[in-house]
Amino acid sequence: MATTKARDVLFDPVLKSNPIALQVLGICSALAVTTKLETALVMSVAVTVVVACSNAAISLIRNFIPSSIRIIVIMTVISSLVILVDQILKAFVPSAADQLSVFVGLIITNCIVMGRAEAFASKNGVVHSFLDGIGNGLGYSLILMVVGFFRELLGSGQLFGITVLPLVGDGGFYVRNGLMLTPPSAFFLIGLFIWLVRSFRTDQAAHDPTR
Amino acid sequence: MTYEEVGSMFFKSVFSENLALAFFLGMCTFLAISKSVKNAFMLGGAVIVVQTVTVTINNIIYRNILQEGALAWTKQSWLMNTDLSFLALISYIGTIAAMVQILELFLDRYIPKLYNTLGIFLPLITVNCAILGGSLFMEQRDYTFQQSLCYGFSGGLGWAVAICCLAGIREKLRYSDVPEGLRGLGITFITVGLMAMAFMAFQGIDL
Repeated sequence: MATTKARDVLFDPVLKSNPIALQVLGICSALAVTTKLETALVMSVAVTVVVACSNAAISLIRNFIPSSIRIIVIMTVISSLVILVDQILKAFVPSAADQLSVFVGLIITNCIVMGRAEAFASKNGVVHSFLDGIGNGLGYSLILMVVGFFRELLGSGQLFGITVLPLVGDGGFYVRNGLMLTPPSAFFLIGLFIWLVRSFRTDQAAHDPTR
Repeated sequence: MTYEEVGSMFFKSVFSENLALAFFLGMCTFLAISKSVKNAFMLGGAVIVVQTVTVTINNIIYRNILQEGALAWTKQSWLMNTDLSFLALISYIGTIAAMVQILELFLDRYIPKLYNTLGIFLPLITVNCAILGGSLFMEQRDYTFQQSLCYGFSGGLGWAVAICCLAGIREKLRYSDVPEGLRGLGITFITVGLMAMAFMAFQGIDL
């Protein structure tokens, strides 16, 4: 991997091997926190920070971990980082932390973090691992923001809490689509997003691990 | 807890507040293992057991060690007001990892047949968000011991029901003609979305 360019490590996961659309990792939280763009943004930042830091940390100690207990070690590193992020969110953005509720804690079991630590950081250098973490975090954020954008726009006619489409109830023209605020819509949107990505990049369908 | 409370909580966590379909927990395994009903059924069973045990144990840990003022039973004045709840995440995940390991050893020793069939699914449960999510909801909703026992079991059951349904649908789906790019993951997402809509219909029922 020493020959791979840092740029590729950073940008590949954003579209080429997107963690959600292609690797099927970290879907749980992607669906739950996207009713509003604001929570989606906070969650994206939190996940990106955790993935990048845990990747760097695991990569630093990769030569000292006996392989039989590596899962436990990775888990401990990740949960310490998540506790840190959780406390910071509670201190500085309490309203968003409230809305995210248990999903901040669930970053621990977010497969992206675990998957990247296991698949990339335990085999590569610190700088590359850190960049890989950032890249995967960005890929995750991309999907979160796209889904969040549509759900908030169509569901409540707002973006970041600012009214874009005035609702009929307030004298505007837009009738809000209540379905977009409910859980099923997130599944539909991600399903359609995957369809879109795979129609343009037909090679990805072959990699689907769930087939 | 009265029988009505048990019934209402059971119904709520199996149907209207299904961990998989209303809270999107355990999605990775949910999508990956739902290709055949047999495997889904096995995994569902394992999740029910692990969920029941871990939520209950985490409840004991939370009530007696982590909660603010929980250490009062030690009768040490300097421990009276300690609040260790920031350690909740790491202790929960520790409990879960340990419980899965113990369950694995136990099954290997006493029910080797079941152990062999469950095989790879057991370690997968450690990183299943539904398990950790159950414990976190337990803390957030401040459940008592009995409530968490009931919640652990019914939450696990709800997840198991959902994955078995999805596996059944996906087995039939194999015979249908799905557009190229939608095959595999895409259509699975849309199927799950439709299932989630069906489960939402239970929300109106209030016991």
